Amino acid sequence: MLRRALIVALFGAVALAALPGPAPAADRFITVASTTSTEDSGLFRYLLPLFTAKSGIEVRVVSKGTGQAIDMARRGDADVLLVHHKPSEEKFVAEGYGVKRLPVMYNDFVVVGPKGDPAAVRGMKDVSKALARIAGAKAPFVSRGDDSGTHKAEQALWKAAGIDPAAAPGGWYKALGQGMGATLNAAAAMDAYTVADRGTWLSFKNRAALDVVVEGDQRLFNQYGVILANPQKFPHTKAAEGQAFIDWLVSADGQKAIADFKINGDRLFFPNANEPGA
Amino acid sequence: MHEFTDAFATALRLIGTLDPDLVEIVGLSLRVSLSAVLAAALIGLPLGAALAAFRFPGRRVVVVALNAMMGLPPVVVGLVIYLLLSRSGPLGTLGLLFTPTAMIIAQAVLITPIVAALTRQTVEDLLVEYDDLLRVLGTGPLATIATLLAEARISLATTVLAGFGRASAEVGAVMIVGGNIDHVTRVMTTAIALETSKGDLPLALGLGLILIVLSLAVNAAVSLIRDAAHRAYV
Repeated sequence: MLRRALIVALFGAVALAALPGPAPAADRFITVASTTSTEDSGLFRYLLPLFTAKSGIEVRVVSKGTGQAIDMARRGDADVLLVHHKPSEEKFVAEGYGVKRLPVMYNDFVVVGPKGDPAAVRGMKDVSKALARIAGAKAPFVSRGDDSGTHKAEQALWKAAGIDPAAAPGGWYKALGQGMGATLNAAAAMDAYTVADRGTWLSFKNRAALDVVVEGDQRLFNQYGVILANPQKFPHTKAAEGQAFIDWLVSADGQKAIADFKINGDRLFFPNANEPGA
Repeated sequence: MHEFTDAFATALRLIGTLDPDLVEIVGLSLRVSLSAVLAAALIGLPLGAALAAFRFPGRRVVVVALNAMMGLPPVVVGLVIYLLLSRSGPLGTLGLLFTPTAMIIAQAVLITPIVAALTRQTVEDLLVEYDDLLRVLGTGPLATIATLLAEARISLATTVLAGFGRASAEVGAVMIVGGNIDHVTRVMTTAIALETSKGDLPLALGLGLILIVLSLAVNAAVSLIRDAAHRAYV
């Protein structure tokens, strides 16, 4: 008797768990494909509730590297794309997958390295020269290696220095294929250099002996752009809600919200939707 | 080593204050994994019993394939289901991508082979005793399966628990098909991956501790039911 009751109770519990939960309050939602830097830094956790409170539209962010986010948008799995590699974004629009690219905000990349600084690059103003010095010293360097905006920026810097790090002998250059946080974890554990976006770096909690060694070079500028998926190519796109989100991001309210996001008093992202040519 | 003490303290704090994020994530994890286990049991238990009881050409190939599928890599299953459910994929119109339902499907695909293969082995061992009796009584195929499953139910509880363990522990499949969306598809394992990625190792470890305790609780509950069952027999 008891046994039977207990078994029925167990199955009942499992069946209850299997029922779909209560219908979400906001049945209006959009899917945004974005980067790990916007998610890991905590920007979305801060920003999105502000937009939802105003519009009633829930924003569901799937965060991957820029390359993966663009691929996801190409398949029609996102309503809005928010990434940070202008050439890729413009290509996305030119190929008809997106409606229009708008600038939203910027920050910068930094080179972080071990406090011991074996390649002696601390304080250098020319980032490509600093990378050349790291290559020359064969100091350990970890790369995102995942086709993300940060990875593409890093590759451009090596190219400007005339170095192909993947082909360099000595095994000092390691391509991980991971997000920014995971790459920073690896750099911390290996006492290696890496290129990071300042947003993720400022909110990263496992720094070990890492610190910023090179910053301020113009080429470290990191611009974020937002694009609506093309409803003509993807008829199921939630174009109205997606456009509402984009409009808010570039509006005075959205731009102020981005500027207000700080960690320990440091601003992580700088709004620049109104900057021509951004 | 302070990460371990910090983790322990963090876990206690999260549980003690019934942190709302934690409750939400735990609730979703249980919902996804328990639903997947239910689906896997509904398909895998009869499938395994049938495979054990009946002879047909190609049976050995099916058995070997099923055993091999116990080792399906979760990230590959996730990728395949992502491609199927993607808007540009064959099942795109269902709009299931990045929902808990997609995660349940992915986990069910992962653990059904485990449940089926282990059931097959358990029932095959049972048949050594029961085969002649069932033949003599002229039991039909459906009744055979039902009888065998009922007789083996206590051993099969462990099989189902193995499936639950695999489902609640995996991260690759649910990360890809769920997208780890805050408040929508974030479960324990993907939350741990995210916190690790943010460098908050004590929090990640703390969540890991809670996940292990959760698994212990489920297993303890089933064990208690089994004991009650045994006592009812005696």
